[in-house]
Order: sequence, then structure tokens, then C-alpha cells
Amino acid sequence: MKTKKEVFRSYLVNLIAVVLLFALLLVASSQGLINRYISGIVMTIFINIILAISLNIATGFLGQIALGHAGFMSIGAYSAALLVKYAQDGMGVTLLVKGVPTAAGTAWFLISLVFGGLIAAFFGLVVGIPALRLKGDYLAIITLGFGEIIRVLIENLSFTGGAQGLKKIPKLATLNVVYIVMIVCVAVMFMFIRSRHGRAIMAIREDDIASEASGIPNTYYKVLAFTVAAFFAGVAGGIYAQYLAVLGAANFGFMKSIDILVMVVLGGMGSITGSIVSAIGLTALPEFLRQFSDYRMLIYSVVLIVVMIFKPSGLLGTYEFSLTRLIDRLFGKKSNLPAKAGKGGAEK
Amino acid sequence: MNQSVLKAEKLGITFGGLKAVENFELEIGESELVGLIGPNGAGKTTIFNMLTGVYQPTEGAVYLGGRLMAGKKPHQMAKAGIARTFQNIRLFKKMTVLENVKVAFNLNMKYNGLQTVLRLPGYWKEEAEIDRKGRELLKVFHMEHLADNIAENLPYGQQRKLEIARALATNPKVLLLDEPAAGMNPTETAELMEVIAIIRKDFHISILLIEHDMSLVMSICERLVVIDYGQIIAKGTPKEIASDPKVIGAYLGK
Repeated sequence: MKTKKEVFRSYLVNLIAVVLLFALLLVASSQGLINRYISGIVMTIFINIILAISLNIATGFLGQIALGHAGFMSIGAYSAALLVKYAQDGMGVTLLVKGVPTAAGTAWFLISLVFGGLIAAFFGLVVGIPALRLKGDYLAIITLGFGEIIRVLIENLSFTGGAQGLKKIPKLATLNVVYIVMIVCVAVMFMFIRSRHGRAIMAIREDDIASEASGIPNTYYKVLAFTVAAFFAGVAGGIYAQYLAVLGAANFGFMKSIDILVMVVLGGMGSITGSIVSAIGLTALPEFLRQFSDYRMLIYSVVLIVVMIFKPSGLLGTYEFSLTRLIDRLFGKKSNLPAKAGKGGAEK
Repeated sequence: MNQSVLKAEKLGITFGGLKAVENFELEIGESELVGLIGPNGAGKTTIFNMLTGVYQPTEGAVYLGGRLMAGKKPHQMAKAGIARTFQNIRLFKKMTVLENVKVAFNLNMKYNGLQTVLRLPGYWKEEAEIDRKGRELLKVFHMEHLADNIAENLPYGQQRKLEIARALATNPKVLLLDEPAAGMNPTETAELMEVIAIIRKDFHISILLIEHDMSLVMSICERLVVIDYGQIIAKGTPKEIASDPKVIGAYLGK
């Protein structure tokens, strides 16, 4: 293991990188380089990063294929949206002034994200306890069914706006705040995985009989991982709702779950940095390909196929990209650690 | 007789209409090494599965240190002090050697989610401690230089040893070894015998051993229990067993 000092060094390096990126974001937006189109893509990237990593906890680290992630996302989205709408209309809080969130608006934004996450986590718990008794294909089907049930319920309940969708949600998601939220989410999930809890979860993936015999309560950790994944999916949903301002159940169909799963598989099951890379890549790629509009989705699919043929374990496999290691290599400092044991994976 | 650590009383299990094990009696004292032998399909591994909570016995009971262990799940059994290895090696293949051992320390660790996420002192203290304890444990097995290797890349004999090290990390009172010498060459078997001697000497752990390698069984076990068709056919010292006509009959046919 690295010494505490080395670990702190890698935390510091990553923190500096995070701050630098934030500064870059601020400069770019003050120079007017970020128009609505670009900011939309960047926002989607941030949301997808949270979604991909959270699904990676359930699918990559725990090893259970879940196809209902969009369901948890939609629960978080609707919960957060209804909460801020209530704050605005029911409690009369001024959330927006000329389209810019006030301090109270930002505070309510953050509260709504936690609220959305908690509601989603609750559903994760309720679904997880019975569903996680099953494995593999069966769990995939049950989560798929759950996602569809949520979608149909949202379409038919009145307080969610029914099939017409939920409109006039305060647009509280600003790029800067969402960036910080995304970093915090990634950091929390990273810390969670690099701990005794994460180790137990990976042990279950490797061999559930051996993990149980080694004193790991499998059911507890499976449900825990599933609930944590649902929580962050809910947070991502909350951001999504307050970025789009309009929600419709159709946004959270089966294909959305598949999109997230594709990001996880492409980035590497069991690699947090892999999920980040693929979330960025797969969100940006279709946009860059817009000029070839007719062949856009064709190229996208070909890229996926090519990666899966040449790198079936995903772009990064279970490897974590580490900024500290990269710096050490660039400046010729000898690293005596094997790649897999690197502790200071990059947050971004 | 000194106080028994593990005791099985009239243990039996039925799968549908099949009585896999019947009336199994066993008592293991402190630091004792008992061998469980019998022809293929006699029910040895089934007994292990009952002792570790994988199967719930349909008759009889298991006592650990005098406490009744009814209805306990495998992870609760591990916490109570029964550790095991498997007939087909079951390691956490994609994890490092050290991580494999660290997983088994989990049941004695306490830091919670908040301490994890905020990296509070409790996290550092316990992580540093299991890192040290894990390396010490590997050192006992002369594996400390392999700590950062991926488990599935180890040679067969080392994988067997790692599985035993992992079982010991749960801090057990009784260790159940399911055919630890299976597939080993004579050098590896000799090394294994050395490991078993170390476990008894340094850790004061009782061992129940399933093994087909008779030279190993006869040389290290203090007592043997022989089963056939789910029933005990003989008990005694290796010497007594070797000349027991029933045992010879079970192995060679009458």
C-alpha cells in the first residue's frame, strides 16, 4: 500500500486538477466561449458521468447487470422537480431572477438533488432486497421490468403531469454548480469503492460463495451497492430535470438505461475513470458527427463494435487512470507500484 | 478430554428422499487435527457445508465452543469462528493477493460510511492496521513478496496457500480444509504439511481436514473419522484406521 503521505499527494494533485478545470470553465464562460449549444453538451456530459459511474457500482463492481437505471433516474428527476416547484409556487421562494438562480435557488437546487437521490435510493432499497436474490439474466429482467413500471406509472399519475409531462420546472442547474456537484459525486463514489465496503462488493463479484465464507454478508453489501447506485442515479436525474425544465416519461425509457449501460461497458466494468472517459466520449461523439447527419448513428455504432472487438473488457478494463502516476512518469520519477494497485485515481 | 471447540451431534441432512448424511458425530478439541476421509461421494463436503452454514442440517445440531449454531448463515458462521477452504479453489481472482486477505479482515472492521467518504482518522487507522496484519499473515506463508500480484496469476500451490491465509484472516477457532493437497505435486504437498504445522503451532487453531492423499493424512492427523454412504464406519488413530477391515472394504470393495 502507498503511504498516507503518497495518498494525500495524489488527492492534492487531483484537487489541483479539479480546480484548474473549474477555472478553465469560468474563463471560458466569461469570454463568451460557451454558448447554449456547448453548455448543453457539457451539462449532459456531467449528468452522464454521474449516471455511468453509479451504474458501474452495480454492474461493474458488484457484477450485477441492472437494466432499470433510467427508472431510478426518473424517480430522482420527478422528486427533485416537484420539490423545487413546491418551493417556488407553494412556499413562494424566489428561486430565479431573470433566469439566473438566486442564492436561495442554488440552495434549493442542492436540497432537491439530495431529496431526489434519497427517494431514488429508497426505491433502490425496496427493489433491491427481493431482486438481488436473483443473479445475471434474471436480475436484468426484473430491473428492466421495474424501469418500465416506473415509466408507465409516471405516465398515468396526475401529480407527475401524466403523459403531457411536467412543465415549468425552475431552471436551477447552472454549469458551475453542476460541475462541483459532479466532482463531489465522483469523489464520494470513488472513496466508497476504495474502502472495505468497496472491497467487499468486489469480492462478491469475484466469488459470492467465497465472500460469504470469508464473513462478508453478501445480501447486505449487494443491497448497499444497489442503493448507492440508485441514489446517485437520482441525483443525476435531479440535475437533468432542472436543466431541461420539462420532464416527460418518454425520456426515461428502456433505451436510456441501455445508453448508460453502454457507457459502463465501453469504459470498462469496474473502472471509474473508464466510465468518465466513455461518458464524455459517447456524449460528445454524436455531436461532433452532426455534420455527417445521415451516417451519424451508423458511425457511432461502428465505433462501439470496433471497441468491443478489439477491447472486449472496455477501454480501460478495470484499470484506473491516475493523474499522479502520469505526472510521475512525465517527470521521470520512478513509480514502484503496479498499475492495478494505484490508489490515487484521477477524479477527472 | 479437554473442552471441545467444535461439536456435531447426530448431524444429518436429507435432499428429497436421499439421506446424504446420517447420524454424524464429531468432537474436535483445541488445536486438534482431525481427518475426515471416505470414498468419493461419501458425503464429506456435504458435512463441511453443514458445519459452515451453507446447508441447514435437517437433523442434529452443530455447536461451536458450546454454543448452538442453528440457522446461522455462512457469514455468521465465519464471524463465530469457523473458516474454510474449498475443494476447487475459490479466490477473488481479479484482486491482488493482499486484497484477498483484506476482504477476510472485513468482519472485524468497524469504520462506517461517513468515515469512508470523508476519509476520517478511523479509516486510516483500520486500513493501516489490516495492511500490516495482512502482510504479516502473508509472511507466515512466505508469500509477502507476492502481495501485489493478481491472485489468478499465482501458481497452483500458492493459490492453495493464499486460500488458507484468507481463511485464517477471519480469525477462526476451527479451520476446515477441503482437499488442500488435491492436484499438488509432492514438493507442494510437503510445503502444505509445513503450513498446516505452522497453523497449529502459531495460531492454536483446530483443523478438520478432508483429504485423499493418504500419506499426508496418516502422517499429520491425530484422529481420523471415516465415512461411507453418509455414515461413520470407523473412528480412531491413523494406525487403527489403516488396519480396520471396514475401511479397507469401503475403499477396495469387499
